[in-house]
Amino acid sequence: MNEILQGMIEAGRLIVTLDSDLIEISLRSLQVTVTAVLISSAIGLPLGAFLAVKRFRHRRAAIATLNALMGLPPVVVGLVVYLLLSRSGPFGVLGLLFTPSAMIIAQVIILTPLIASISHQTMRDMWAEYHDLLISLNTTRHQRIRALLWDGRRALLTASLAGFGRGIGEVGAIMIVGGNIDHATRVLTTAIALETGKGEFAVALALGFVLIALALAVNWVIHTLSRTEVGERW
Amino acid sequence: MVTRPILPLRLSGAVARRKGKTIVGPVDLDLGPTGCTIVMGPNGAGKTTLLRLMHGLERLADGTIDWQIPDVEAREAQAYVFQTPVMMRRSVLDNVAFPLTLHGVHRKEARDRAADWLVRVGLEAAADRQATVLSGGERQKLALARALIREPQILFLDEPCASLDGRATRDIEAILQAARADGTRLVMATHDMGQARRLADEVLFIHHGRLHDSGPAPSFFGSAPTPEARAFLRGDILE
Repeated sequence: MNEILQGMIEAGRLIVTLDSDLIEISLRSLQVTVTAVLISSAIGLPLGAFLAVKRFRHRRAAIATLNALMGLPPVVVGLVVYLLLSRSGPFGVLGLLFTPSAMIIAQVIILTPLIASISHQTMRDMWAEYHDLLISLNTTRHQRIRALLWDGRRALLTASLAGFGRGIGEVGAIMIVGGNIDHATRVLTTAIALETGKGEFAVALALGFVLIALALAVNWVIHTLSRTEVGERW
Repeated sequence: MVTRPILPLRLSGAVARRKGKTIVGPVDLDLGPTGCTIVMGPNGAGKTTLLRLMHGLERLADGTIDWQIPDVEAREAQAYVFQTPVMMRRSVLDNVAFPLTLHGVHRKEARDRAADWLVRVGLEAAADRQATVLSGGERQKLALARALIREPQILFLDEPCASLDGRATRDIEAILQAARADGTRLVMATHDMGQARRLADEVLFIHHGRLHDSGPAPSFFGSAPTPEARAFLRGDILE
């Protein structure tokens, strides 16, 4: 209990004094995760809608695979991305290993199936509702997907926020491909792991509280800006 | 917009099947270019399936359905109003404008034309409301405006006034009469005998998926030729 209390006090001190290291790693956490969520959403949301609208051979297997990929172990993803980006790997020439870009790549691989899968669930229900109307209006597949994505945008926000939630708290993959380098690739989660390893539980807890506060703040801001749960909106 | 006439429509031995079971057909039928055809029959007779078959929402298992121009083009000149209207999750105005935006009409022009249609159907006060909060009668008016905004040559209606009160039914019928006066061919399934008498130029009576009677409304209501149709008109329960 004492350590938790100390952690809360330390978190308050770090925030009140605008600790430069805390601000740096918090901003890096946001930069990496928000970028990864944007890329994953750009891929995953239309993919979910496509799987809802398009009938093709092995569609069921594709959806089952996508759902299974939601549980990709981050450490394995990190290891694979590490091997691909390492100097001897196929993309070693790009020099991305131990950079925020490598961390974003790893997160995109982890988050895309999650966002696509949640998007698919939402789009499938909407497609059942819209099917007859959109067929009757002689729409193209592209128009159907656009209509579903636009009308389902508030529900799809949940998919992206779920991705954000997973990304901001992720540590295994970004530790491997980022290397937790001070002033370069250190983020909140890797800093927590480092401080815990050093036995600095109060600092680790403080960073943990900041991480939770950051995740809550981002969710709150997005819900406020998108005006969900307001009046007649969805 | 398709300007070439798509009617008359000819069905020859048209059949709809689901899981190997024949739901409708074989149906032979000619629909002329004008007027209002009412499709009548007991529950489960196949009225909705026949409408969906003609519109292309139901797969044709056998026979032919011929418009005067190729099917793909003919589809552009048709519209369909469902028994339970689909309310897209957007404003009333954007729901009505949607079919125009699909066909490359600029958003502002589409919204202007949609606003005109909302005045015609009496929904102008609800333009900025979310469509999903409308009442049943308002939903049907929206669905009609959305169907008519592209000036279809033929409009299919699947029991559009089912579960509406008298006032809403009267409003819907007024919109349909205006559409017919503007040259839109109406094909409507209904249970409502009074509505059928008020609107029909021609009646199709369908039972067990087969077309039992078809002909001008006065002669159908005056002396229906088959016992099933006569029983239906008397209000008897048909097995």
